Amino acid sequence: MKLLRDISLIFNRQMQLLLRNPVWILVGVFQPVMYLLLFAPLLKPALGVSTDAEAYEIFVPGLLVLLAIFGGLFQGFGLIAELRAGVIERSRVTPVSRVALLLGRSLRDVVSLIAQAVIITLLALVFDLRVFLGNLLLAYLMLALISLMTSAVSYGVALVVKSEDALAPLMNTVAQPVLLLSGILLPLTFAPGWLQGVADWNPFSWAVNGTRALFRGDLGAPDVWQGLLIMAVLAVLAVAWAAREFARSVR
Amino acid sequence: MIETRGLRKSFTSRQGREKKTVEAVRGVDLNVAEGEIFGFLGPNGAGKTTTLRMLATLIVPDDGTATIAGADLRSDPGEVRRRIGYVAQGGSTWDDSTAREELILQARLYGVSKTVAHQRAERVLKGFQLSDYADRKCKTYSGGQRRRVDIALGIIHEPKVVFLDEPTTGLDPQSRAHMWDEIRRLRAEGMTVFITTHYLDEADALCDRISIMDNGEIVASGTPADLKREISGDVVRVGLPASSIAAAAEALEGYKFDTYDDNVRLYVEDGAVAIPQILRALDAADVPLGTVELHRPSLDDVFLTKTGRSLRES
Repeated sequence: MKLLRDISLIFNRQMQLLLRNPVWILVGVFQPVMYLLLFAPLLKPALGVSTDAEAYEIFVPGLLVLLAIFGGLFQGFGLIAELRAGVIERSRVTPVSRVALLLGRSLRDVVSLIAQAVIITLLALVFDLRVFLGNLLLAYLMLALISLMTSAVSYGVALVVKSEDALAPLMNTVAQPVLLLSGILLPLTFAPGWLQGVADWNPFSWAVNGTRALFRGDLGAPDVWQGLLIMAVLAVLAVAWAAREFARSVR
Repeated sequence: MIETRGLRKSFTSRQGREKKTVEAVRGVDLNVAEGEIFGFLGPNGAGKTTTLRMLATLIVPDDGTATIAGADLRSDPGEVRRRIGYVAQGGSTWDDSTAREELILQARLYGVSKTVAHQRAERVLKGFQLSDYADRKCKTYSGGQRRRVDIALGIIHEPKVVFLDEPTTGLDPQSRAHMWDEIRRLRAEGMTVFITTHYLDEADALCDRISIMDNGEIVASGTPADLKREISGDVVRVGLPASSIAAAAEALEGYKFDTYDDNVRLYVEDGAVAIPQILRALDAADVPLGTVELHRPSLDDVFLTKTGRSLRES
């Protein structure tokens, strides 16, 4: 009960600050929109599909997962600013739950990611993408889990390194291979065998496959529950670890 | 109100491959009474902030015990948090929030209802004369205003004890005087106030009792008046060229004194009587004389006799 109350206190404050500058949500969506408008049209011939709708069915889920991964991983920068301003220390001398300090922030990130995902989905509808609402909601659940995990990881790392200079290269180094090995931009069906073998060890590759299945309307595909399960487990682990970092005494 | 025994903390830092252990706090014993302004005086790096952060539950002591407002620091840090307020040295407000928003959130983090939080915010805003800017973003505040918001945040939940880490550092003289009044007001309201400072005048004028800290240890404790009284008599400070310090030291054999780069300080029973004798002795030894000052012992002299260094210089 106290935990829920604490989470909502932190979440509300973070949302209030976010909504004071909602332009950041749009800035965050700018890059994926560019991909959607300027890159996706290349895909129809490249993927060998016959309609735009089919190309978008493959591309949009990947794009959304990409947004969830990157959006989350870079949230730590905001936390470092808060550390520097003394806001975190001020919270840590109160009896507020340390899990709430993390979750209040991560849930704000999830909400802003879903808002961006909706914008992109709506745009894609203009390009003849069609997806069942139920499947779409499950896909959003997948995105929410990804963003919860990546933002928690980012906060945890931010608390450990405490400097933007260390966080930026660290996150880029992690994100780059994860991105390439998840078949986000092009499905890994085109990949040589060894590359597919490596990608199987990348959890995000499972998430992308699951999300694609949902956009395809293939709710029964094992990719769906496997992706959701893997993301849920990783999200729980990431949250547990990052919350411990909030509780740990820092110098 | 605060009682500590043998509080210790050391930090390990890595320089290249070598691990270096720094003993930041080496066995601090404290007794702070209810309703007093207690001061920690010492140079930067003395361990004041580390001690404060241990007492505020932000870092876990390596060793020692502490009871704060009746709660045990080691076994029940959660209860300590409920009973204390802590204001960090570097500030605690977010640029894009307003003072009122920050205060309401802070109050609610201590578990009070929305209505009560609003009332308390209103009250402390008035108390700290912040009402006029309460709904402006913190980034628009002056240094003094922002500092007052920090302190207001630290006491919004009406704690029994409040820790203020260097509350006046970086403030202009007027804001400093204003801050002293605020701190005295907290005491008048029944709070126990624990401050750290490296300003001698602040420790002297504001604190009921002080502990002087140096190099992780407490070297002296008492009221400022008592501490100064320990150094009996007067202090005569004679300014000299650096090259003559050695000669002066020789000429002043028999006096109680300390030498510095460009002056010698003598501790004498009665300055008015001693000055002519001192000048005569120096003159006889052909020491070129600069300035001569006579003053009552200050906390700096206390620090000096305890540590061999001047707080002004360290």
